Amino acid sequence: MMITGVTKRISAIKFAMLSPEEIRKMSATKIITADTYDDDGFPIDMGLMDPHLGVIEPGLRCKTCGKKVDECSGHFGHIDLAMPVIHVGYVKEIKKLLQSTCRSCGHLLLTKEQADEYVKQRDRIEELTGNTIESSYISAESAKDASSRTTCPHCSAVQLKITLDKPTTFREEGHKLTPKEVRERLERVPDGDLVVLGIDPGVCRPEWMVLTALPVPPVTVRPSITLDSGDRSEDDVTHKLVDVLRINQRLRENRDAGAPQLIVEDLWELLQYHITTYFDNQTSGIPPARHRSGRPLKTLVQRLKGKEGRFRSNLSGKRVNFSARTVISPDPMLSINEVGVPVTAARELTVPLRVTERNQVFAKEMCARGPSPEGPGYIPGVNYVIRSDGRRIKITDKNAETVAEGVETGYIVERHLVDGDIILFNRQPSLHRMSIMAHEVRVMPHKTFRFNLCVCPPYNADFDGDEMNLHGLQSEEARAEAKVLMRVQEHILSPRFGGPVIGAIHDHITGSFMLTYKGSAFTREETVRMLEKVVDLDLPEPAVKKPVEMWSGKQLFSMILPKDLHMTFKASICQNCESCKREACENDAFVVIRSGILLSGTIDEKALGAFKGRVLDKMARDYGPDKVRAFIDRATKLAVGAITMRGFTTGIDDEDIPSQAKREIDDAMVQAKLKVEEHIGAYRRGELEQMPGRSLEETLEVEIMKVLGKARDTAGQIAGRHLGLENSAVIMAKCGARGSMLNLSQMAGAIGQQAVRGERLSRGYWNRTLPHFEQGALGSEARGFIKNSYKSGLSPTEYFFHSMGGREGLVDTAVRTSRSGYMQRRLINALEDVKVMQDGTVRNTAGTIIQFIYGEDNIDPMRAVQGDSVDVDDVILTVLGDEGELIAKVREKGVVSYGIQDKDMLEPSSTAESDEDADFDAGGGEEG
Amino acid sequence: MLLVSTVPRLWGDFEMVEESNVLEHELVPEHYVMPEKEVGKVLKQYGLTKDQLPKIRLSDPCILTLDAISGPVEEGMIIRIVRRSATSGMAVCYRLVIRG
Repeated sequence: MMITGVTKRISAIKFAMLSPEEIRKMSATKIITADTYDDDGFPIDMGLMDPHLGVIEPGLRCKTCGKKVDECSGHFGHIDLAMPVIHVGYVKEIKKLLQSTCRSCGHLLLTKEQADEYVKQRDRIEELTGNTIESSYISAESAKDASSRTTCPHCSAVQLKITLDKPTTFREEGHKLTPKEVRERLERVPDGDLVVLGIDPGVCRPEWMVLTALPVPPVTVRPSITLDSGDRSEDDVTHKLVDVLRINQRLRENRDAGAPQLIVEDLWELLQYHITTYFDNQTSGIPPARHRSGRPLKTLVQRLKGKEGRFRSNLSGKRVNFSARTVISPDPMLSINEVGVPVTAARELTVPLRVTERNQVFAKEMCARGPSPEGPGYIPGVNYVIRSDGRRIKITDKNAETVAEGVETGYIVERHLVDGDIILFNRQPSLHRMSIMAHEVRVMPHKTFRFNLCVCPPYNADFDGDEMNLHGLQSEEARAEAKVLMRVQEHILSPRFGGPVIGAIHDHITGSFMLTYKGSAFTREETVRMLEKVVDLDLPEPAVKKPVEMWSGKQLFSMILPKDLHMTFKASICQNCESCKREACENDAFVVIRSGILLSGTIDEKALGAFKGRVLDKMARDYGPDKVRAFIDRATKLAVGAITMRGFTTGIDDEDIPSQAKREIDDAMVQAKLKVEEHIGAYRRGELEQMPGRSLEETLEVEIMKVLGKARDTAGQIAGRHLGLENSAVIMAKCGARGSMLNLSQMAGAIGQQAVRGERLSRGYWNRTLPHFEQGALGSEARGFIKNSYKSGLSPTEYFFHSMGGREGLVDTAVRTSRSGYMQRRLINALEDVKVMQDGTVRNTAGTIIQFIYGEDNIDPMRAVQGDSVDVDDVILTVLGDEGELIAKVREKGVVSYGIQDKDMLEPSSTAESDEDADFDAGGGEEG
Repeated sequence: MLLVSTVPRLWGDFEMVEESNVLEHELVPEHYVMPEKEVGKVLKQYGLTKDQLPKIRLSDPCILTLDAISGPVEEGMIIRIVRRSATSGMAVCYRLVIRG
């Protein structure tokens, strides 16, 4: 049997330095020749590819341990350096040590008492904080203190100033210190003084920071590749080691032959360069070592560092099996908990099924079907069988029967996905926890993943080519955990603002609007067609019996509401009249639900929408996830039924307005232009009255913006008079499905002023925006006012101005995403190990307290109502019914939408025009 | 009341805050030095060792003020901080004084 579970626990990890003795001791062989292979292609003994260092070619055995390719992890070798060389990674420490110790006696430049005091302080802080970072500050402080002494308190020697010539040269008052001299000095530092500096002399002597032996990594770390042409291509690290060996050899020969000091020193420095770049090829101050082709070599530090490095790319970001990725598409007939998985994916993603006495027959039968059973519909098969001894057998059509025979308890059968399996579904960027949710599988034909449209908002998905990932769960624990914690229905309320993130969007909202808007009535045939999709619903008594049986939309919607639901709120189509007529509202915007019956009002974005749906919010709180899921599923089908019944389309003719209205808009534009010119005239004549706190120019700009803003609004109003609720675009805007009335007035009326940084356009040419205008022109056309609508078409200059305004929006979004992405990365790294413990405290993995009570009030934002633990108004309403409503009405709650801020509060406030423009452009950009 | 930080008088026309006590500022929560006896109780209540508490530095303006008002505050002492909370009325937390 395979052993699972935790058998050992790591209590601590200690990092230390390798001593030259250790390097030689762990070495499998000494490396002396720079050549790798001989003429016959065999590795040279004591060369860089020595077979003692491990095996990379299949079939061969390691000369050190005798194991085969994947069994032997490789063995280190070593190079004995002719002369000592400084290790770049320790330059800072070496500098600190040289500066804080005596040049002649090697003692720390502190008196015994001072040193003891520092040690005492550090022990104390370690005891109090348990934090190595805090104590490292003390070590740094003591080193700094010692460095500032000019004479040694022990032998009274005068200290000279030591400087570091980056990256690896030390100088004493300008005189160069060779690595050999540095090493001698470090050797003199007594063990006792190292403790003060935060170094444990038991595992780490400072002279080891100056290398005399260099470890050579095993060949498995730097495998050579054989190209198609038969040539060998070596790893960058091997190339670098060849350089080191060559220079080391020459240095040794020259030194032994008694070559002039100058030549030896040059070679010594060259060796230092090669060893420095061997560790880090991006050391500042020296040119990076290059490949023959001119590409900088990727040496040790480069392998680890950065996004493509070992840590972020291979350790934090592992590739996984049992995952699938494909294009997504919508399917309103699926439950929000489900995901449609194509057959081809379902046959690749398997679930391990542990064979027991009880399922043995079933497992055998399944196994016998092989990896691709045919038949009417989808029949799950088996890809692999894992025997009790851990051997994995691939099932093929040929061996299926035989393997099935041998299946017994203790085997694991990897079966295909079937309907109802729990899997994880994900869309990048995974910005919040709702980006990965658990779904139930529905195996379907065709090649896309399909899911309910209500789940688009949490994934931020649309169907313009988006792809998503799916992960098959491989253990019972994982499946149970996913089902309880990660299922879609558990995430209807967002922990960000306590409102629904899963809810109706676009046509789903339009559909429920058309279903429930005042006067909606459906014949028997229409009603049945809508209800047949929503199973388990019986046809109710018709609202009107004569002359023909008719059912009202409100009546049909009430059928899916729970029987004890009471709610009162204003719908999205509400005009915010001065005095609300409540139930008598002519827009049918006052929603009243009593005992699960929709008495008045229209069901639109405010009731069902993602982020805003009040009904969803209340149901999720009061009835629990199962009930809301059922409600959302049924509402989806009903709304889709309603919109298909009537048919819904929008086109460019939705923005048609009568020619009379067009003339009115043109007039308004001419008026505005004249008025602007009037202001400019007044300004030029010096008659303009200055506003307090503004310069004359600013006053003029403010006045002009005011006039032009009003002109755009007037145009919108004129156009709006001809855009009624019979217009599809207006329906969408009013019920909150897509677009806004501002978008419509820009399409039908006028686009209005374009702005960059909240001001009218002014830059481009000398004192003018375009050469079409005179220098210094301040008029409306010259500064980016667009009097045309998107429908009527823009003039060339207007088009250019519009592009200028649009560009700002694009740049803003680009900058914002990159900046917030980096901020989020930092935040996640800081908070990744923080969790709420059972006693309500918030702690990290070290058990350190972050908060004594979660959020200082123990309120879970997901279950809180607008930040309060109890929604008092709701309780009053439920208990007192209509009577309570009077009390609630007195303090009409300011709940407009949940956690949605239309405006970025951190941006400097700009004029209304540019804000709305930005909003529009963002809407348009999403489509791309 | 002992006065801790001193802001120099700048203009005669304005009423300047000459001296202030940070603990009296409305945005600064209340700080108390915990008596030795209660320390053990709190640590036991949360099942903590001293090093797992959040920290506050000796150089913190609040600690300097406390030191001046109610006698020396030393490394290793525990400060009880009580702040107002919109949702729960009052929130209490404890911090360990460390050097610096």
